[in-house]
Amino acid sequence: MQVTSPHFKSNVTKALNDVNLQKAMGHVQGGFIQKRVAAANALPEFEALRDAARDIKNHTLAHIDLYLEAWERKVIAAGGHVHWAETAEDARNIVLDICRSLKAKTVTKGKTMIAEEIGLNEFLEEKGITPIETDLGEYIIQIRNEGPSHIIAPAVHVTMEQVVDDFRRVHTHLDPNRSMDDPVTLLSEARDVLREKFLAADVGITGANFLIAETGTSVIVTNEGNGDLTQTLPKAHIVLASIEKITPTLDDVAQILRVLARSATGQDMSVYTTFSTGPRRSDDPDGPGEYHVVVLDNGRSKMLGTEFQEMLRCIRCGACMNHCPVYHSVGGHAYGWVYPGPMGAVLTPSLVGVDKGGHLPNASTFCGRCESVCPMRIPLPKMMRHWREREFEQHLSPPIARWGLKLWAFAAKRPWLYHFGAGIKGPLLAWLGRKNGRFTTMPLAEGWTRHRDLPAPQGKTFQQQWKARKAA
Amino acid sequence: MTNASPSSTQKRPRVGLFVTCLVDLFRPSVGFSAVKLLEDAGCDVDVPAVQTCCGQPAFNSGDKADTREIAQNVIKAFEHFDYVVVPSGSCGGMIKLHYADLFEPGSDWAARAEALSAKTFELVSFLTDVLGITTTGAAFNGSVTYHDSCSGLRELGISEQPRRLLAGVPGLELREMADSDVCCGFGGLFCVKYPDISNVIVERKTANIAESGADMLLAGDMGCLMNMAGKLQRQGSAIEVRHVAEVLAGMTDAPSIGRVK
Repeated sequence: MQVTSPHFKSNVTKALNDVNLQKAMGHVQGGFIQKRVAAANALPEFEALRDAARDIKNHTLAHIDLYLEAWERKVIAAGGHVHWAETAEDARNIVLDICRSLKAKTVTKGKTMIAEEIGLNEFLEEKGITPIETDLGEYIIQIRNEGPSHIIAPAVHVTMEQVVDDFRRVHTHLDPNRSMDDPVTLLSEARDVLREKFLAADVGITGANFLIAETGTSVIVTNEGNGDLTQTLPKAHIVLASIEKITPTLDDVAQILRVLARSATGQDMSVYTTFSTGPRRSDDPDGPGEYHVVVLDNGRSKMLGTEFQEMLRCIRCGACMNHCPVYHSVGGHAYGWVYPGPMGAVLTPSLVGVDKGGHLPNASTFCGRCESVCPMRIPLPKMMRHWREREFEQHLSPPIARWGLKLWAFAAKRPWLYHFGAGIKGPLLAWLGRKNGRFTTMPLAEGWTRHRDLPAPQGKTFQQQWKARKAA
Repeated sequence: MTNASPSSTQKRPRVGLFVTCLVDLFRPSVGFSAVKLLEDAGCDVDVPAVQTCCGQPAFNSGDKADTREIAQNVIKAFEHFDYVVVPSGSCGGMIKLHYADLFEPGSDWAARAEALSAKTFELVSFLTDVLGITTTGAAFNGSVTYHDSCSGLRELGISEQPRRLLAGVPGLELREMADSDVCCGFGGLFCVKYPDISNVIVERKTANIAESGADMLLAGDMGCLMNMAGKLQRQGSAIEVRHVAEVLAGMTDAPSIGRVK
């Protein structure tokens, strides 16, 4: 997927002027938040489960090589295939080879962010293979020719009116005058269209929420049941996963599942939690003939042992973006790559480079709401600050900001100079602003006064007055 | 004034007030309100002249070297006090939670930063959690709404303490706004680096403030207050804006933020 993160500012301008996006984002702000807090409050051990989930993943990351190897042995023992992909290109080619070996014409896809990360749909189309998204949200953005704007609700930026228009445009075999005035009708229409695709598909591709080392199992959590049809009906099931999905045991997964859906949608559990181990066995009534797992690195192993390792605990619940005031304002596309919101602000620079993704960790107020809801207790603001440190060290921040900061720091380190300056500024600005008590414009502060007034100082600084009080 | 400590036989605690750069330059009356609250609570207050800023602008811009030097100055200026009190959750959180990480673990400076952290408190939480004060003796006539500034709320756990003290102010009616715990869009340099995003966030905040029906907005951080006051005034709102310390100290004679008499 193309990276437009360097153009974050123009993406933002576009997003803020997009009436439909702003309308759709208006709906995001309440629902997820209230549902999560209700689910968390209903479970007395929720906070303890967050600690346990964090500890499980910390342990796993400390021994990730051992667990991945143990998992691989179990997959092979169950008759499955493991493919290690260092880069996005490797992963795409592995998927293509499997599809070609089965002479696949169409592949159905459950929701997978890894497929987005490696740009799989465009690639398969170029090679003459038709990918069909079967998750409703993914299906909507596929027919709109867009990327996801949220990691669990990919079409959250689209209004229902837009979906109606898209369905009328694409489902030309249906009565153009049909009534489409409620979400359930739209859902059944999509379901009818997709049902035939499931039956025709040669290969089914899903993501993975977990890979279990103990059993060689991959796990997906879904709400629509499309994942199960995607992976059981075709000749082969391809799982796209990244290395940090590895989890030691079934018990560990059971613990993390208890915080996943609660943090994501406020459900106790998602509607479907599907465990897949190997291909169809001889006595199974159904299932895929082949089971492949493509394990993607794509820069993640370089995060191990750095200040960004904790980001690899992320289980992709979306709680951080659901609670982010910046995400609420601009939506997911403005972030310019696959992963938006606070988790994207940390992960994107890690995977595409801070030279391209540098805006994202800067575009945060550090309000800390993301960290306060992260089920894996990832210190997201701290890691965004680490990216700002790397940027500063590598001289990537804009020169004017660097020089401004240096000038300020020079004074801040010299109290006599600092107070000399403040002692002039305070009374002077107070005098200039004496009529209204505030300024509507101010040289060098256009960023402030573009949208708000600047309160004027009261007069002499506190230090000037304190000195006088002490002398008196 | 009701307070649990210190009793007259005990030595009065020596409090160093870290006044913050925004209070120093823009709103000294907040500093004097803090001094009054602390002195009324039985503290000896001093304000070291060598303080400038807590270092957050450098810290949050990734400039660790300058942050470290500024932190060392603050540590040197304040470590001889019994307590360090800050009329800001943001600057208080910086000193309390982030200074120690600036230095080599186990180093002398890390130890000094940790020692300072242990005795540093945001003003309202110092009055309530440390001194055990339940009322400040101020009176006020009108309705207020209270915004929870992010650092104070999420880094220092300040939420119920200011509300408890405000509830003890005769004549004051607290009208809660929706989403009082959601960011106002200030974020330090964020609001000038990404003004258009900041604007969307503060517009949501001022809508909630207006809907509360309160005549005055209070919060515990000058940055947030200047941002919200600036937006309310740009929108032509009549709602007044003050630091919570001014109301708690009964020092509301000075015009509210961004206004003249």
